[in-house]
Amino acid sequence: MNQTVWTRLDLVARGLFPFALTLLLVMGGMVPLRVPDLSPIIPSLGLISIYYWVIYRPDLMPGWAVFLLGFIQDLLGGGPLGIHALVFLLMAATVGAQRRFLATGSFTLVWALFLPVAAISFLLIWLLYCLNLGMLIDPRSAMFQYMTTVAVYPCLAWLFAQAQRALLR
Amino acid sequence: MKKPSGSISHITTPVRAWAHRFAFLLLVASAFGLMLLGKADAVLVERARSAVTDAVTPLLDAASRPADAINDMIESLSELADLRGENALLRRENERLRSWQAVAQKLEAESTALRRLTRAVPESSLRFVTARVVGDPGGAFARSVLVNAGVRDGVAKGQAAITSDGLVGRVAEAGMQSARVLLITDINSRIPVLVGTGRDRAILAGDNSAQPKLLYLAPDVDVAPGDKIITSGHGGAFPPGLPVGVVSQVGEGALRALPFADWGHLEYLRLADYELSGVLMPPGARDGTLSADGSHARENEGAKGEPQRAER
Repeated sequence: MNQTVWTRLDLVARGLFPFALTLLLVMGGMVPLRVPDLSPIIPSLGLISIYYWVIYRPDLMPGWAVFLLGFIQDLLGGGPLGIHALVFLLMAATVGAQRRFLATGSFTLVWALFLPVAAISFLLIWLLYCLNLGMLIDPRSAMFQYMTTVAVYPCLAWLFAQAQRALLR
Repeated sequence: MKKPSGSISHITTPVRAWAHRFAFLLLVASAFGLMLLGKADAVLVERARSAVTDAVTPLLDAASRPADAINDMIESLSELADLRGENALLRRENERLRSWQAVAQKLEAESTALRRLTRAVPESSLRFVTARVVGDPGGAFARSVLVNAGVRDGVAKGQAAITSDGLVGRVAEAGMQSARVLLITDINSRIPVLVGTGRDRAILAGDNSAQPKLLYLAPDVDVAPGDKIITSGHGGAFPPGLPVGVVSQVGEGALRALPFADWGHLEYLRLADYELSGVLMPPGARDGTLSADGSHARENEGAKGEPQRAER
């Protein structure tokens, strides 16, 4: 009896791992590193994490989790609400529809496809921000953020793969 | 993942797919709802934000300490390399500052005497809350930081956030134990300022770049790069005379300012509580709802203060 309770708890904890990790990354991205000029181009770790888990463990990254993560990102970021929630959701749905093809693809292929996915996500975020404010925001900063996000993808994806192998079999 | 098999799957699979799609649409609709809600009910959104930042701040506080320790170590190591040179530099600067101190003291005495003569309304005193920067949301679209002090420490919405260099921003939301400081470079930031020795009024408007714009400067005003910019104190709980930056770019339609603040090293911020004398300012009217007479009352520099507020 006791054994089964623990096993079940263990399973739940493991099941929550992708969500918890993404939440941690969303918050961890906010730790001030006091590095000049880094803050505006800090990579969007949440986007990377959701992309990865939607491909490899969609059962552990359902729509509500994606929505919640976007919502928390919006709340913490100080920008208008709903923007990240919406963009993360659309991204997850698009990637989720192609996951059979992606999940069996090579690492390079998944990374290569992250390039357009992230580009469209950033474009959408930028558009929604502009619409929300009613004025044009300089897109250069978003472009740089896109580049750093794409650049750190391999490191994070490698770490996720290790974690997935260790915790989720 | 196990798949339902047999005859049941004929029924459950479409139902499940339908439920899945419906849930997705519902979530998308909620996201749009949130966007509208943010426009419609700013107070509710602010409260939700404060609650979340309050919850996250202790974690960020803990997480930012190792980062700071490492940074401090690197900085002290690099300083160690040039200790002698820096010492000589500081000695020279100290001498210069001493002479400035003498000048300041003389001017202060003179100013007090003149104020007494003209019976000017006394300047209100500033009260500071010092807070540590524990969060920097970063990203391309907003410029703000989270600090680990809130309402219970005396922080209130609208207070000015400064460092030893100058103005950094203002408190946009104040939670119980955390607050969000909207930096002057943020696209939503509007700060009433005075430019140059002529003390011409303008609005410092951020646009997410490192150099905010100067708006609404009278067309006949002469400004040159290097002119100092200070807060005017017009319209709100903002103290006048805080150093902001210098004019960096002059040209057709592109007047820009370079803030004094060192964005890479925002570690501690002082949140200035500008306390107007009690008679003019009923207690409790300070946060957010400053009355027009508050700004008129300390207008003792000739310029007439319209009841405007530096609002987002």
